Amino acid sequence: MAKIRGSIVVNIDRCKGCEVCTVNCPTGTIAMAKEVNHKGYFYAFPANPDLCIGCANCAMVCPDGVITVYKTKI
Amino acid sequence: MAEVTGIKEIIKPENLAYKRTRIMTDNVLSYCPGCGHGTTHRILAEVIDEEGLQSEAIGVSPVGCSVLLYHYIDIDWQEAAHGRAPAVATGIKRLLPDKFVFTYQGDGDLAAIGTAETIHTCNRGENILIIFINNGIYGMTGGQMAPTTLPGMRSSTSPYGRDVKVMGNPLKITDIIATLPGTYYVTRQSVHTPANVRKTKKAMLKAARYQKLNKGTCFIEIVSNCPSGWKMTPVQSNKWMEENMLKYYPLGDLKVPPEETVQNANNPEKK
Repeated sequence: MAKIRGSIVVNIDRCKGCEVCTVNCPTGTIAMAKEVNHKGYFYAFPANPDLCIGCANCAMVCPDGVITVYKTKI
Repeated sequence: MAEVTGIKEIIKPENLAYKRTRIMTDNVLSYCPGCGHGTTHRILAEVIDEEGLQSEAIGVSPVGCSVLLYHYIDIDWQEAAHGRAPAVATGIKRLLPDKFVFTYQGDGDLAAIGTAETIHTCNRGENILIIFINNGIYGMTGGQMAPTTLPGMRSSTSPYGRDVKVMGNPLKITDIIATLPGTYYVTRQSVHTPANVRKTKKAMLKAARYQKLNKGTCFIEIVSNCPSGWKMTPVQSNKWMEENMLKYYPLGDLKVPPEETVQNANNPEKK
């Protein structure tokens, strides 16, 4: 069976650190960084990139649209 | 632009699954972190993009948190006086009947100062789409009590909770509007989970298509959060909304077009 793998790109300059994406990620790929961006928000980043399945749930709920999702079959 | 990426090999244009739509401008949204307005703007922009309505859409922006909406979506806009967006949209639609005209209003704009305009526009059956963001509070002015504030809910003007004996009951304006004969499609959605975001998008797509039929007003209420006004974190506010707001404002279609009801009855699996 083909395995679906995904990858996300987070535009950290626009991220406001609301954490809505982290609670809606089904695989625990995305987490909050320990550093802040230039506005002083803790930004979201793919902490476990190997787990990403490209479901785009994080991008769906992101109020600021900072997440771009890529998805492929391996 | 600073970015962090996952696995680099997958990031190719042909693998793109989801990207912020090009109809949204590059301006940074002025909303608080976690606000439902941003998600709703994005869905609206996606619907306009997918239906190819960029050159036809005319939006009427309200007074409230979303007052600067015309900075964020790259279509034609008109700013209306507080609460008067449906009246302005009526004028635009009557002069330019081929355009896709919609208003985007909050609960202070639509359900408080603009109640008369809203009800009469829906009663006349103007062929516009009204998007109503209900977060149960006046977000922009500092979290005062709105007509839609829940009983017992605290706000800066009801610090001991809303007392229905003194301050009245919350106004379910969408339920009122659903009873008017002028409306064609009335629904209540939310944007706090991915599933609800997809449902809201579907509802907006439907409403955009219904407007071409000239059958009446479409009304979409979006129950949203206000983390700053409710004094919660965005995640807590979404949870609180699910537990409290959605009990009082249950999600779902309140009025579906009669043709669609017949269609669903004939094809039950298509619902």
